[in-house]
Amino acid sequence: MGKTFAEKILALKAGLDEVVPGQIVTVRPDKLLTHDNTSAIAKTFRKIGVKRVANPDMNVVILDHVTPAANETYAQSHKETREFVREQGISAFYDIGEGICHQVLPEHGHALPGMLIVGSDSHTPLHGALGAFATGIGRTEAAAVMATGEIWLRVPESMRIVVVGQMPDRVSAKDLILRIIGDIGADGADYKSVEFAGPAVEAMSVGSRMVLCNMAAEMGAKNAYVAPDDKTRAWLAGRTQASYQEVLPDPDATYAQVLTYDVSTLVPQVAKPHRVDNVVPVTEVAGLEINQALIGTCTNGRLEDLQAAADILRGKKIAPWVRLLVLPASREVLLEAIQAGIITDLVAAGATLLNPGCGPCLGAHEGCMAPGERTISTANRNFKGRMGSPEAEIYLASPATVAASALKGVITDPRTV
Amino acid sequence: METRITGRVWKYGDDVNTDVIFPGKYTYSITDRKEMAQHALEDLDPTFAKNVKPGDLIVAGKNWGCGSSREQAVICLKEAGVGAIIARSFARIYFRNCINEGLPIVTCDAVDSVETGDEVTIDFAAGKVFTPRGEYTFPPLDPSVMEILSSGGLVPYVRKKLGLA
Repeated sequence: MGKTFAEKILALKAGLDEVVPGQIVTVRPDKLLTHDNTSAIAKTFRKIGVKRVANPDMNVVILDHVTPAANETYAQSHKETREFVREQGISAFYDIGEGICHQVLPEHGHALPGMLIVGSDSHTPLHGALGAFATGIGRTEAAAVMATGEIWLRVPESMRIVVVGQMPDRVSAKDLILRIIGDIGADGADYKSVEFAGPAVEAMSVGSRMVLCNMAAEMGAKNAYVAPDDKTRAWLAGRTQASYQEVLPDPDATYAQVLTYDVSTLVPQVAKPHRVDNVVPVTEVAGLEINQALIGTCTNGRLEDLQAAADILRGKKIAPWVRLLVLPASREVLLEAIQAGIITDLVAAGATLLNPGCGPCLGAHEGCMAPGERTISTANRNFKGRMGSPEAEIYLASPATVAASALKGVITDPRTV
Repeated sequence: METRITGRVWKYGDDVNTDVIFPGKYTYSITDRKEMAQHALEDLDPTFAKNVKPGDLIVAGKNWGCGSSREQAVICLKEAGVGAIIARSFARIYFRNCINEGLPIVTCDAVDSVETGDEVTIDFAAGKVFTPRGEYTFPPLDPSVMEILSSGGLVPYVRKKLGLA
């Protein structure tokens, strides 16, 4: 009988002939991703009582969450992280300014097809866009992986989402994934491995596939996956010297659920406060006044996202009452956007350019909201209190919708500008 | 780990996310576990942290703990004295974090028949939850996972396994 991607890769990594959903396996991850929480993880690692990490080459450490340090507490935490990576001989360390962990990891060739990646961050499933099995874990588990080099995983049931049709103008992968989450709910894929497939996914850039896999976390998925193809290989070219083994699901694999979406009739979508699955077509909320607009984060801070915004804002000015924050996902994205003139277009239109990093997404710095304020954001979460005051509101949308809304000062259908 | 515990219920709904259990703005600024408890459920139920008593139980709907992987969303409840969490279902990282912090979790529909303030008993050996308006059975954890929980969490478990304890 055919096997899904999750069943195949977990059998391979566990050294077993085959595994079945529900089975618990012990595996040795190829990569362990940690970020600003590394200092806390290092403390737990020391509590375990091991002196050296099991495999320094497994560790990838990226400072991105509150960077540069917003105050002395964060500065101390970053300092402890730098000391830990030096002490442990971890060479894959990326300091502030390099970018968001989920962008930097693949850009530097640490996320490859057929890899097993665990990360102390809930959006780790993003790396499935390159054909890896990637899943989020907690801090204590990350410390235990450092100490032992291994982790237990439950083999998940798999769900396949087949996407067909041609994406209309000004509609993007973000609108598709918001629609899917709106349909199946915040727990619609709980514990499951989600495979995105079909001609519309094959037609997507690697960056757009990352949007789908990133937000699979918001429907509870354990991991998400897109089969590697020529686009994947081209994207990875020059990023790694390592060889990799692509793992593909069998054509006759058994899925717990199969969903089909036709994007040819998809319209821009918006997730209303305070739930990611509270999704409506943009037309239902158009006209709602905003105070702030955010373009960036691990969901939508890549070149194609900044490009989509620049295409709407070039030569124009944003509404005078709107604060438009732009955070490229990485140094690489920032440099490319500078070279392409995109940064000039956005800043000239009134954007405030912030350094590559997570920015205000988790509510710690760089654009938090006061009570009664409203932000439209390209991020992945709109939970109460996430960007500052619990009395503030976050609407989630695509880069095109956020740019159009910044331009008009009210939530705006990007097809109308 | 106690095989039978009784506690007073705090009842909550579906899809309670880790941002309202422990706000993101504190995730890198608060490192003391006791201090984390002072912010438990801050953006969901501001009365909780002030009034929670050791041994109290949380009983909730589906997908408890969705969102961020932040382990403080488990630690803040454990340090506040919560004895166990009973939910219709758990988000997966939260589930793992509970095991790793040694906070017992029970998956069943007890939320259908309790109110805040009720007394509820969990019998882990029998796999049953007793509420004033009915009893529920729950599936046992996988033995390998149960071993981590009954060791008091992942740190003591790994120490034992590596011969350090």
